[in-house]
Amino acid sequence: MSSGFISLSRAMLLGFVRDRAALFFTILFPLMFLIVFGGLMKNQGVSRSKVIEVGPVAVIDQVPAEAKADLDKVLEVTKMTDRQMAVDAVRKGDYAAAVEQQGDTVVVHYSAADQVRSGTVRGVLASLVQQANIAVSPIPARFEFQAQQVEDKSLKTIQFVTPGLLGWALATGATFGAAMTLVTWREKRILRRLRLSPVSTVSVIGARVGVSVGIALAQTAIFLAVATLPYFGLQLSSYWWMSIPVILVGTLAFLSIGLLAGAWAKTQETANMIAQLVVLPMAFLSGSFFPLDITPKWVQTLAEIFPLRHLNQALLDVMVRGKGPESVLPELGILAGFAIVVSLVAARLFRWDEV
Amino acid sequence: MASTIVVQGLHKAYGEVKAVDGVSFEVEAGEFFGILGPNGAGKTTTLEIVEGLRKADAGEVRLLGQAPWPRNAALLPRIGVQQQASSFFERLTAREQIRTFASLYGVGSKKADDMLELVGLADKAEVRAEKLSGGQMQRLSIACALVHDPELVFLDEPTAALDPQARRNLWDLLRAINTQGRTIVLTTHYMDEAEILCDRVAIMDHGRILQSGPPAELVRGLDSATRITIETGAIAVDEARRLFQGAEVDDDGVSLTLVTRTPAPVLASLAERNALRGLSVRGATLEDVFLNLTGREYRA
Ligand SMILES: Nc1ncnc2c1ncn2[C@@H]1O[C@H](COP(=O)(O)OP(=O)(O)O)[C@@H](O)[C@H]1O
Ligand SMILES: [Mg+2]
Repeated sequence: MSSGFISLSRAMLLGFVRDRAALFFTILFPLMFLIVFGGLMKNQGVSRSKVIEVGPVAVIDQVPAEAKADLDKVLEVTKMTDRQMAVDAVRKGDYAAAVEQQGDTVVVHYSAADQVRSGTVRGVLASLVQQANIAVSPIPARFEFQAQQVEDKSLKTIQFVTPGLLGWALATGATFGAAMTLVTWREKRILRRLRLSPVSTVSVIGARVGVSVGIALAQTAIFLAVATLPYFGLQLSSYWWMSIPVILVGTLAFLSIGLLAGAWAKTQETANMIAQLVVLPMAFLSGSFFPLDITPKWVQTLAEIFPLRHLNQALLDVMVRGKGPESVLPELGILAGFAIVVSLVAARLFRWDEV
Repeated sequence: MASTIVVQGLHKAYGEVKAVDGVSFEVEAGEFFGILGPNGAGKTTTLEIVEGLRKADAGEVRLLGQAPWPRNAALLPRIGVQQQASSFFERLTAREQIRTFASLYGVGSKKADDMLELVGLADKAEVRAEKLSGGQMQRLSIACALVHDPELVFLDEPTAALDPQARRNLWDLLRAINTQGRTIVLTTHYMDEAEILCDRVAIMDHGRILQSGPPAELVRGLDSATRITIETGAIAVDEARRLFQGAEVDDDGVSLTLVTRTPAPVLASLAERNALRGLSVRGATLEDVFLNLTGREYRA
């Protein structure tokens, strides 16, 4: 390992740690969102939920016409015949719950990834069952309600907000870090000074990548440490470790955006503005702050161009949905491809100095 | 052996502006060479082409027998550069700065600390670079350029914007470095600085070198007049005119000035008449050389 790489990494890291604004925006600010979303909004209602009806379910099919309109306001019911397919769709997060009738028992399969939503669905269905029971009295209750969760038992917003907010924090840290280093070092003529020293370009870039990856891992550690506190109660699924390679590749993708902004921009202000204009809309459209399924279809399609969308998806899958490690390979591929293409463009635009 | 620096026929244009317009010079090992000229003369552009930071449109540069462009990794450890504006890492202290630069050259932190001591910044080691005064910053910048013991040192206006005391301190430092046997190339727009420090200077204007040589030789080559000034009334103006036929005599009511090419007999005859009250004698300087070369007053 070259001494140039080590000392440049050290210089960069010291510069970051001593920069209060950078520390605030990469660590404290996203953490505040986590605390607000995960802590204070523990029991928030959500909009219309998508539910699968597996085979005929009497309590849904036989709702009186006037009640049907009310029901449509909260539930969007899709019919399906295959039970396994329906449960898988719920597990993937495409639907809030799957409902089936086994004899006189109404069974609800739901996902813990979006606790608020599945809670709503269960509440609605429970009330339907009760209404049906009252309707057929005085004969003893014929239907009873039973909820069955597809994963663990916790019912907290934290499950859903942690991956998204962490993704936003990672995007902010890596994008701004790379953009600001490049522009500041060029403006302060450090890049030309480095060019006059025998340090290799690989060491310079390697140092920036190394420091960004280190910061990303620190952000992840801090986020998970806070979110898993009993008060917030995040429950990590058994394959959560797969989020580490996802985070590493995702950081590279955001670094490439930052490098592009830094290569193109002439001043710190411009670089800052470009990074701002990319990261914030990207965070909104990638579902970092709210689930995308409440947005129009075209927004969801547009969101596919953002690396953060894929990072969020992958983090949600392996951290809380309990999907296997291989399930995020497509996202890893997309993130890596994005990083490579954008880095190549940035390298073409790169200038050592203004001359 | 070839000279340490050989520069031949450099040209560099920025649009219409010919920043460097046919510059050639050589510098020998151990020499203290100065490039002197007003702002915009093309000093920085010339220096940065020689260092290998910019590419010339035409011309050739050899440093220690090698070409500095494109980036020549074999050459870099042998040269030290101080840029016109200092370049430091953000939020790092003086000691952290010099240690970082040192390690880029594989130089240990002990040597870095010694260098900080040498430029008189040991007591500022814990201060962040952006909090240093102008003179301290320049010294740190020079220390960072010297930490790897380069044979060849380039300094771009190292004393610009310093107060007189700080300039003088820096001059002492630069002389000491040169005495250690290092070759120094310095640019400056201060005539006195070039005259005092440099073994040889090249006077530059509008991208060209007008003349070069040891400062004393350039001045002597002018064969210019000496100005002798005494107090008005020490001798009557008419008498002065009669006595010193070849001299220009002028009296502004405060002092009487005699401009002559033969100062010795004039001074002798003034002394005989006991008319040396308020005497000052000024020979030509590099400023007169510049005036003579360009036909205009020197303005930095
Ligand atoms: N990067 C550049 N782009 C455009 N013009 C430049 C550039 N660098 C220098 N110049 C021009 O070239 C001339 C010489 O500049 P410079 O070498 O900096 O002079 P000096 O160092 O003697 O003050 C000036 O007219 C300056 O405006
Ligand atoms: Mg200059």
